[in-house]
Amino acid sequence: MEKRVTFDNRLLPYLLLTPQLLVTIVFFFWPAAQALYQSLLLPDPFGLGARFVWFSNFEYLFGDSYYLQSFITTAVFSFFVTLASMSFALLFAVLADQVIKGEGAYKTLLIWPYAVAPAVAGVMWLFMFQPSIGVLAFYMKKAGIHWDPLLNGTHAMTLVVAAAAWKQISYNFLFFLAGLQAIPKSLIEAAAIDGAGRWHRFRTIIFPLLSPTTFFLLVVNIVYAFFETFGIIHTMTLGGPGQSTTILVYKVYADGFVGQDLGSSAAQSVILMVVVGLLTVIQFRYIERRVHY
Amino acid sequence: MKFRTMIPAATALAVVLPSMIGTAQAQTQIQFWHAMQGRLGELLNAQVEKFNASQDEYEVVAAYKGNYSETLNAGIAAFRAGEQPHLLQVFEVGTATMMAAKGAIKPVYEMMAEAKAEFDPSAYLAAVTGYYTTADGEMLSLPYNSSTPVLYINKDALEAAGLDPESKPATWPEVEEILVKLKESGSECPFTTAWQSWVHLENLSAYHNTPFATKANGFGGTDTELAFNGDLQVKHISKLAEWAKDGLFSYSGRRNEGGARFRSGECAMFTESSAGYAGVKAEADFPFTVTNLPYWPDVEGAPQNTIIGGASLWAMSGHEAEEYSGVADFLNFLSSAEIQAQWHQDTGYLPITTAAYELTKEQGFYEENPGTDVAIIQMTGKAPTENSKGIRLGNFDQIRAIIDEELEAVWQGDKEAKAALDEAVSRGNELLRRFEQSTR
Repeated sequence: MEKRVTFDNRLLPYLLLTPQLLVTIVFFFWPAAQALYQSLLLPDPFGLGARFVWFSNFEYLFGDSYYLQSFITTAVFSFFVTLASMSFALLFAVLADQVIKGEGAYKTLLIWPYAVAPAVAGVMWLFMFQPSIGVLAFYMKKAGIHWDPLLNGTHAMTLVVAAAAWKQISYNFLFFLAGLQAIPKSLIEAAAIDGAGRWHRFRTIIFPLLSPTTFFLLVVNIVYAFFETFGIIHTMTLGGPGQSTTILVYKVYADGFVGQDLGSSAAQSVILMVVVGLLTVIQFRYIERRVHY
Repeated sequence: MKFRTMIPAATALAVVLPSMIGTAQAQTQIQFWHAMQGRLGELLNAQVEKFNASQDEYEVVAAYKGNYSETLNAGIAAFRAGEQPHLLQVFEVGTATMMAAKGAIKPVYEMMAEAKAEFDPSAYLAAVTGYYTTADGEMLSLPYNSSTPVLYINKDALEAAGLDPESKPATWPEVEEILVKLKESGSECPFTTAWQSWVHLENLSAYHNTPFATKANGFGGTDTELAFNGDLQVKHISKLAEWAKDGLFSYSGRRNEGGARFRSGECAMFTESSAGYAGVKAEADFPFTVTNLPYWPDVEGAPQNTIIGGASLWAMSGHEAEEYSGVADFLNFLSSAEIQAQWHQDTGYLPITTAAYELTKEQGFYEENPGTDVAIIQMTGKAPTENSKGIRLGNFDQIRAIIDEELEAVWQGDKEAKAALDEAVSRGNELLRRFEQSTR
């Protein structure tokens, strides 16, 4: 039988909900509404005046082939960041889960990078791979590897993906590790007794049981790649060469805060909001079906 | 971010508190937001201290607000919140944005007149102030740090290639001959540049008296259109592309990343701002030459004059008349010959007044430091034409980003110079139209 707490007072539930609602309204709905309104304006930078231009900011954006290209760039970037950070994190989590001695040290070290700010991570990777001053770039050159992230778009993309993924591995690692530790050892032992090899056990028992964690991290990582990586792009490539690393959120920043084009920047934020909303809906609708809770 | 805002805040407090305790009668405070860090920041603070010590009516409080874009942003955000500083340092590409914001700025000429301060526009170097002056010749902001591109040459590298270390190539074809020999002698980076759009398109155009944009490079109105896809620019960019392909020109990045490569001796020749001089002198352990930006000899009338980069000081609106008197005094202090001459000699930025230039000459600075007068002669050698007075475009920062993107495609070999410049012009024109609409 279900046990329910009921309220006699009709107002009390609303009252209890108020703080949460207020936070949501002030920090989410209000700014979102502002962005929506601003996206219809063509303001001057100082806020001295703004013209209401209906959807011309959107028309301008969708008429720009470079903006459309930026969607593809973002998709490529997000896909590889998510793939790389999640698979490395899973690998490390599985390995760390099996460590017997000095477990704490390994885990601490693996979690450390999460404390690094995105912009700092970008600068660090740049120091290692910058063609004329980078330590690793120096050895790559010695080894005869052609490396030119300044002009080669693929190289630049590889570099920003590596930096962005590296920073996120720790976060994913933490969740995967917790997920792994929640799997009953008896299940794995039983499978081992039945003669299942390590890979077989991982594929048929561990991975499916990790699926809620994996799904959660998938959503979080995509949101991370979409929104929180502009510091990395800004410090490493400024979106170049050409526009090969100009992801949507970087363009929002560059147009709004460098170019002072607040109308276009707001329109781009709205588009980004819709895109991420759609992605999340798709994920919950279709991918969540495969998740075993 | 926190750190950045905390340091100026802490310094401001440190400056404000003692003065509030020390003097019974409160001084009028002048807030001055700037983008000078490192050595330049120290020099700026020294100027401010000197001004504060020189009188007791006003107190200038200088605060570092990040790089140029960040400082402009801070100023804009502050204006929107009604908390704008009295003085804001804005880089040259932000000029059109500031000019268009008529309600947000207090033009320098107007402020000087209202404060009844001494102000003689003809004391300033026209080539420098022209960038910040209206079509009617009225000065809107005070140039603070202005520079112009010059060519730096590593003498040791020339010698190693069997060339005369003292040679000073005046034209691009002469440069090419040297680059070929440098390459043959094994140089991995015979030539690189900083600020490619500023040096190789904006200044290239002015230096050859060729329009960068219509309507006198935008001075004539916001209905200007970009024009840097002409024969001269296409020829120059094609040549650089050819050099990039042959390994004569090595691209370093969109800003001044090439500086480190030149100072370390990796690159033999380098086009960079004259303000790069202090850094090269401090760090390079090889003898170097500073010479004029090369030109194309087949262009009639070349070389004309180059244009400036750097920043100027804008007074912002919404303050008391008494405070503006203080700002006027401070600007006059900055323009004084001694301060200007010192600033010029310490940094490599151009002096903004004729008096400061003459004073530096008298002090024998140019003889002791050969190459330091190249920039000023190059800028003032000829009276500026409407193509070489400066460039005044809205959304210019983004237009430069577009130019950077297109040029990168050229250096990579993905695009022909003509196609890339055409594309940059058409993309940039859209931004100009947006700016025109937003300021209408």
